[in-house]
Formats: sequence, structure tokens, C-alpha cells
Amino acid sequence: METENKQIHVTSGGSHRRHAPPMYGVIAEFESPSDLVAAARRVYSLGYRRINGYSPYPIEELSEAIGFTHTSLPLIVFIGGLVGGIGGFLMQYYIEVIDYPINVGGKPYNSWPAFIPITFEMTVLVAAFSAVLGMLVLNKLPQPYHPVFNVPNFAMATRDRFFLAVEANDPKFDHAGVVELLKSLNALEVNDVEV
Amino acid sequence: MQDEAPKPYTEGPLHSTSPVIDPGLTFASVTDKISSIVLKRKTSLAWFLGFAISFALFQLMLLAMTNLLFVGIGLWGVNVPVAWGIDILNFVWWIGIGHAGTLISAILLLLRQRWRTSINRFAEAMTLFAVAQAGMYPIFHLGRPWLMYWLFPYPNTMGIWPQFRSPLMWDVFAVSTYATVSAMFWFVGLIPDFATLRDRARSKPFQILYGMLAMGWRGSARHWHRYEMAYLLLAGLATPLVLSVHTIVSFDFAVGIIPGWHATIFPPYFVAGAIYAGFAMVLLLTIPLRRFYGLEGFITMRHMHNMAKVMLATGLIVGYGYIMEAFFGWYSGNKYERFMIWNRMHGPYSLYYWALILCNIITPQFLWVKKIRSNLLALWIISFIVSIGMWLERFVIVVTSLHRDYLPSSWGMYQPTQWDWSMFIGTIGFFFTLLFLFIRFLPMISIFEMRTILPEAEVEE
Repeated sequence: METENKQIHVTSGGSHRRHAPPMYGVIAEFESPSDLVAAARRVYSLGYRRINGYSPYPIEELSEAIGFTHTSLPLIVFIGGLVGGIGGFLMQYYIEVIDYPINVGGKPYNSWPAFIPITFEMTVLVAAFSAVLGMLVLNKLPQPYHPVFNVPNFAMATRDRFFLAVEANDPKFDHAGVVELLKSLNALEVNDVEV
Repeated sequence: MQDEAPKPYTEGPLHSTSPVIDPGLTFASVTDKISSIVLKRKTSLAWFLGFAISFALFQLMLLAMTNLLFVGIGLWGVNVPVAWGIDILNFVWWIGIGHAGTLISAILLLLRQRWRTSINRFAEAMTLFAVAQAGMYPIFHLGRPWLMYWLFPYPNTMGIWPQFRSPLMWDVFAVSTYATVSAMFWFVGLIPDFATLRDRARSKPFQILYGMLAMGWRGSARHWHRYEMAYLLLAGLATPLVLSVHTIVSFDFAVGIIPGWHATIFPPYFVAGAIYAGFAMVLLLTIPLRRFYGLEGFITMRHMHNMAKVMLATGLIVGYGYIMEAFFGWYSGNKYERFMIWNRMHGPYSLYYWALILCNIITPQFLWVKKIRSNLLALWIISFIVSIGMWLERFVIVVTSLHRDYLPSSWGMYQPTQWDWSMFIGTIGFFFTLLFLFIRFLPMISIFEMRTILPEAEVEE
């Protein structure tokens, strides 16, 4: 399972965590998706890795810009489908051949073509559950509280505003520098985010 | 795509490149317009009236069901030789209607048909509610519905298991999987919109309600990335699923050896019929709805034309199915098959057969004409006729095949009773009850997907 910080190389010996300020990070507000993506690219190119964008709709370029392009969800769904399919067939095999064999019109006990529809349905069912639950678990949802909800204008992130957060536990994080950087990137407003 | 002052949206002449959305809309106006239907708009008298009528009919369903539980299946008109009457017919009819929703949301997504965005939420809701109606019929047809859990394979003290060689068992798995996956697909699609409503709601109870449903969605880029992947995979899973469901429903008939049922054409012809009926129902519902809620900027005439074309195409496939059924009957050289077709056309139920041909083959031919496709009233009437036609089709398949099979001594006639009709009308009431609640409390158009098709959503490098 992926973690959101696997690309970080902590160079300061991990000590920054203990002395980290009681803040989540700094967040900048943008007016358009283009501004957000451009800012995210710039911040990423300067070596910041614990950054995240917030937008009212999915922006493909944004997840690329913050260096998040891999998800193991397809693998999870594939395994789910495999488990559902094999499990579905074996369930029928066990019931119709081993535990409760009934001779129907002289057909073989293992009349596998008749088992295919349910095998297929079980494949889809378990794969679909894996997709939904996998997405929620990887996204750590449900999560009623998150620091970014403290940002004054954050309710607009579900309307027409775009946000870029640089988190305080980024090894390169330096409060004044980050604020300065974000202000230079066409941000409407830059705010500190409390934990 | 021009930047003009907001004015009422009027469409120019229709081209294949006509916008799928009013080009004057913005992130803000899309969000506010759709969410205000749920959050701000005063509940209109018409809504209350429609809801009250639906809810009253829903009570009729509860009455019919309660009575059925007390008295038993003899309350219905089914008896040997017609042991499956309009109740199984209604099951097939409802589940067919549901299929258009999955087609719009999943198959058109995979085909990158961007116009689907405005109608997919609504169509998915329709799917879910139609499947809920469909599911009740086979259960109440069991005779002892309270033992329906026997259909599921669970270890029990009786030491018995279900029979997996039976299409009726396949049906249990297909329909329950379909209902579950449709519900998940719908809910996943709603999560970002719940967050939008949470952030727009004024009153505390609604903030809490939508907040809980949104599960803390905050539009994070990482979340969106996984979300899009999950949505795409669900669409990929739902696509073969929807085809399999109606295929398996057709197996309920085709695997039996009754003349008129035992035909290889059944699976594709049932699937096409399902999409046909489903699009008719989507049109039947969206035409008044877009007018009433002023959604012409979201659901444009291009949508209407596209849906009419899908209806025409699937109608032609269904027509081909009818012709092939007749051809098979003749070409088989089997006297029972030949008699079955003759009986459909000239027997006691011939009126149903010819009404079906009129409704399902002749009526949709009007859709070739662009003028008729552009006339919403005409389109609505054609959709209504097609919905009736698809009901008649299942009547012809279920009843006329059963009422005269091999042995003339066991022939009989079928007459639905008032309780069959009560149940049918009642489920229509229940369907509309759910639909009215849906349009009042949930965004009927996917807000976040509408944002993605706006001109300003393009990222300029």
C-alpha cells in the first residue's frame, strides 16, 4: 500500500519532526486551475515533496505536477476480481460436487458451464467492492477532521477556488521562505494552516 | 467559446459540434445553480403535489403486498399454465429500464462521450430506483417471501444448498450484484458533490448530514487521482455487468424449453430492449424535469437528439429481434414453434402482438426526422409509447408463450387481477416517490463532472 511520503529523503536525521512548529503547513489560494498547476510545478521543481493541491474537480495535470502519478488501486481491484472469481467458482464446485451432489438429467456434477454466470457475477461484485473500499482506505476516508478545513476560504475549494499546500513536515520547509515563494506565484492569498 | 454577460440560454441550429453545455457557465454558476435546487429553492407546490400522488400510489403497493402476504399468491391471476404473469413481466420491465442508467454512466464514460455528464447522475438514480422495484417482484412471487434467504448459499441446519445449474439462481446473483454495484457507483459519484453541498448548506442539520455523507472529502489532488481511477475501474466493471444482467434475465426464459422462450436470439435482443426502454424512460423523465427546474443550459437539445438516436438504433435492433423470432419459428420446421408464432399473430392475444409492433417498431421510425427529434412534446409522446410497447413485448413473451404450449388439453387463458395491477401501479408510485425525494435532497446533475467540461477547466500551459 502506498504512503504519501515515500519519496521523501529525510536528510536532517529526522530531528525536524520533534521541533516542528505546531502547524500543518502553508496554503496558497489561486483563482484558476492554470495558476495552481503552474505554482505546483514550480514548488515541486524547487524540491518540495510534501505538497498537495486542492481543487473542485479532478485535474490530471495537478497530480502529475505534485509528483503523484502512481496508485496501487488497479492492483487491488485485480486481486479482488481474482478472489471473487476463483472463490465464486470454488463455492459452486464445493456445493454441487462435494457437499451436495444432485444428479440433474445425467449432467456431470461439475457442470462448469452452468457455473460461469455466477462466477462472473462474483468477480464483478468483489472487484467493485475492492475499488470502492480500496479508494476510501487509500484516501484515508472517512476523515471528519483535517487541518486544511481551518483555512478561512477553504469552503470555496468545492466551488471555484484552487489551493496549494506545502506541509510543515517537508524536509525543506522553512516558513518565511515558503510564504515568500507562494506569494510570488500569483496566489490570491497565503495562509498558515494550524494543526 | 465566448465570454459574454449572462443571458438566458438559447440554442442556435443544431450541429454535431453544438455545445453540450451552455458556454456562458462558470465554476461558480454551475455550482450555485445545481446546489441551490437542493439547498435554497423553496419546495414548490408542484413538487408536493407530485410527491403526494406518488406517495399515495406507494401506499397501494404496501396494501397489495400486505394482502399478498396474508392471502397468498392465489390473489394474483397466475395459475397453470400461465404461472408467470405480469409480475415477472414487471420485473423484466423495471430491470430493463434500469439499464439505461448504467449504460449512460459506465459505457458512455468509457467511450468518452462527454455529453453523458449532464444526465448520468439522474440516470443512475433512475437505475437504482427501477432495480429496487424489479427486485421486489421475484421475491413476492416466491409464495413464501419470508424464506427468500434460502436462495443464498449459507450453511444451514437443513443440510441443503441452492441449485446452481438453475438460471433462477443466476438471476439472484445477477440482480443482487447489479443492485449493489449500481448503488456503489452512484454513491462514489456523489461523494465530491456531498462535499459541495456540505460547504454550501446554511442550516446545521444539513451541514452535518451532507458532511457525514461526504466523509471528509476535501478535493485533495491525491484523492482525486485515486478517485478517478476507482471511478474508471467501476465503469469498466459495470459495463460487462449490465450486459450480463439482462442476458441472465433472458436465460430465465431461453433456458426453458417452452416454444417462444427457447431461442438463441434472446440475450442480445433482451439487452437491446432494455437499453431501448431505459432511454425512453430517461427521456420521459428529463423532458419535464429540465423544463421545470430550468436546466436547459445543462441538458441541451444535443442530449435530446443523442438520446433519441440511441432509442432509434436500439429500437431497430429490437425490431430485428422480432423479425428473427418469426423467422426462427418458420425456419425451424418445428410445428410447435410455427404454431407459437401463428398464435402470437392470430391467437387470442394477437391484439397485444400487433400493438407491440405498432409501439416498438413503427412509432420510433418517426425519430428519423430531425424536426420530430427537436420537438420535445413529440419526443415525450414517442418515449411514452415505447415504454408501453416494451411492457407489451414482455407480455407477449411471458404470457402468449405459456398459455398454449405442447398439449392442447393444458391450454388456458390468463387474466391479471386487480391485485396484479395494484402491485404494478404501486411500484410506479414507489419509483416516483424515490425520484421526487432524490431531486429534492440530492444534486440531480453531477456538479463536479459538470465543472470538468467547462471551457475554463482547461489548464493552460
